[in-house]
Amino acid sequence: MNPAIEFEALAKRYGMLAALDGVSACVPRGQVIGLLGHNGAGKSTLIKLILGLIAPSGGRLDVLGQSPWRAHALRRRIGYLPESATFYANLSGRELLDYLARLKQAPRAQAQALLERVGLAHAADRRIGTYSKGMRQRLGLAQALLGSPELVLLDEPTTGLDPQATRELYRIVGELRADGRCVLVSSHLLAELEPHIDGALILRQGKLLAAGSLAALGEQAALPAHMLLRPHENAGAELMTQLAARGLAAQSRPDGRLELQVPREAKLRTLRELLANPAIADLDVREPTLAQLYDWLGAGPHPAAEARA
Amino acid sequence: MNSIFIVAWKEFRDDFRNRWTVALTVLFALLALGIAWFGSAAAGRVGFTSFDATLASLTTLGAFVIPLIGLLIAYDTIVGERDDGTLLLMLSYPLARGQLVAGKFLGHCGALAAATLAGFGLAVAIMQLMQPPAQTLQAWLHIGRFILSASLLGACFVGMACLISVQTADKSRAAGLALIGWLASVVLFDLALLALLVVSGGNPVERAVYPYLLLLNPVDVFRLVNLTALGDGAGNDLLTGMTAHHTYSPALLCLVLLGWAVAPFAWAMLAFRRKEI
Repeated sequence: MNPAIEFEALAKRYGMLAALDGVSACVPRGQVIGLLGHNGAGKSTLIKLILGLIAPSGGRLDVLGQSPWRAHALRRRIGYLPESATFYANLSGRELLDYLARLKQAPRAQAQALLERVGLAHAADRRIGTYSKGMRQRLGLAQALLGSPELVLLDEPTTGLDPQATRELYRIVGELRADGRCVLVSSHLLAELEPHIDGALILRQGKLLAAGSLAALGEQAALPAHMLLRPHENAGAELMTQLAARGLAAQSRPDGRLELQVPREAKLRTLRELLANPAIADLDVREPTLAQLYDWLGAGPHPAAEARA
Repeated sequence: MNSIFIVAWKEFRDDFRNRWTVALTVLFALLALGIAWFGSAAAGRVGFTSFDATLASLTTLGAFVIPLIGLLIAYDTIVGERDDGTLLLMLSYPLARGQLVAGKFLGHCGALAAATLAGFGLAVAIMQLMQPPAQTLQAWLHIGRFILSASLLGACFVGMACLISVQTADKSRAAGLALIGWLASVVLFDLALLALLVVSGGNPVERAVYPYLLLLNPVDVFRLVNLTALGDGAGNDLLTGMTAHHTYSPALLCLVLLGWAVAPFAWAMLAFRRKEI
């Protein structure tokens, strides 16, 4: 089975500006992949290239085993939720889905089923102009699933959604993954995205900073784990000197807990020692987050990556 | 092909839903009845007069109104979707860009043709009912030609509107261009021709070229189609006087009008295919 998306030295230039500058990666099927990067990093350009709306200036791009540029039939197998989609305000939700289902040659009955799946069945006959932001996003998700696409592209799907609706959205994303489909989610909200994705493509200024599974990226970055220790009463100072003797610089926090940064390779060893220490009443281990990884890679708008490298 | 009709049907229904079609039908019917009833008011009479004279007045009025409507109904058809953010969504569906433009063009043309047929048809039916002498085959042929050529004229300007819509960056610019286009084709072109006529004083070269210059503007072609068919004495002496030395065959005129309907639309399709989204 070929991968969902594969590109090599892919480039897109607008005049002098390089929106994408020689990026290479492979996105397997059956996974949820986050597409991360600040505004202007090249996320939208990559999505447009995958949809075949613009032609690459160089390099190779295969989507579901073929080149997407002007491949209209290929788009029947791709679903796309545009960023902050408005749709046609004068149509009802049902009419919009009927129209789009006909364009995608999807079964008409699917429109009704999808409206129920995203929880819009009650508002199906209301004009889209009266929908709330969250309802419009859910309608957008429904249309992206028309025709049971093998690849689903979601561009900032959770902007403007309340936490309940966000959970619902990621529940559906999870169902798609279980179904063996590939989902590419672009988002700024790293903390929200992190539990739901298997891997990430991180772009900055048209270049690919990192690509791969979150675990592999974590290994590669080797970011330290954070540990929070709550000592027994009056044992704080003693614990601190004990730790210092082992070469661990603990910092005291206002709530009385001690914060430790433990290098990745020393994590388990340190943990065993700490568990055996009677001065510690409680212990909390925090793995490096996606946001920390993102900062470490220097994916932000400031070119800090070169300085650290 | 199927995708074109799906888009066309959606646009046609949208025009109907937005009350465009109904409003135009009423406008056309009222214009036709008004001209028929009050057309001879200047002569001190009120009431239905000659059917041909009514049609000649309708032609003059239609030449002003129909281009404007064609432009208004479609100037935002692509650029409006870009402003609303639905253009990317549409293009992510399995249809070619040309199919999207073609569907929109056909849908708006269909809506305009339906309004023309319903509005003028209704008015003519009323006129015929109230004026039995006008119930001739000839009259029906004239009105059939008028409705057909009016629909084609509408299509010319819907095509131009599509072209403007594809080429502009935002809706307000498209609206401005549409108004300029209307002014140029309906008013300025004829003024320029008149000026040319006056300045040149009717030398032989100019006399030979002049009739063909009229074909460069679909509005004038529309006038010619209807007025040459009606003949003299129907209140159209100016135009027929200008072109007396040259008779246009109706087939040629219809072909030119059809060409004018297709050319801007085809240009719009090509331009949209090349556009960076």
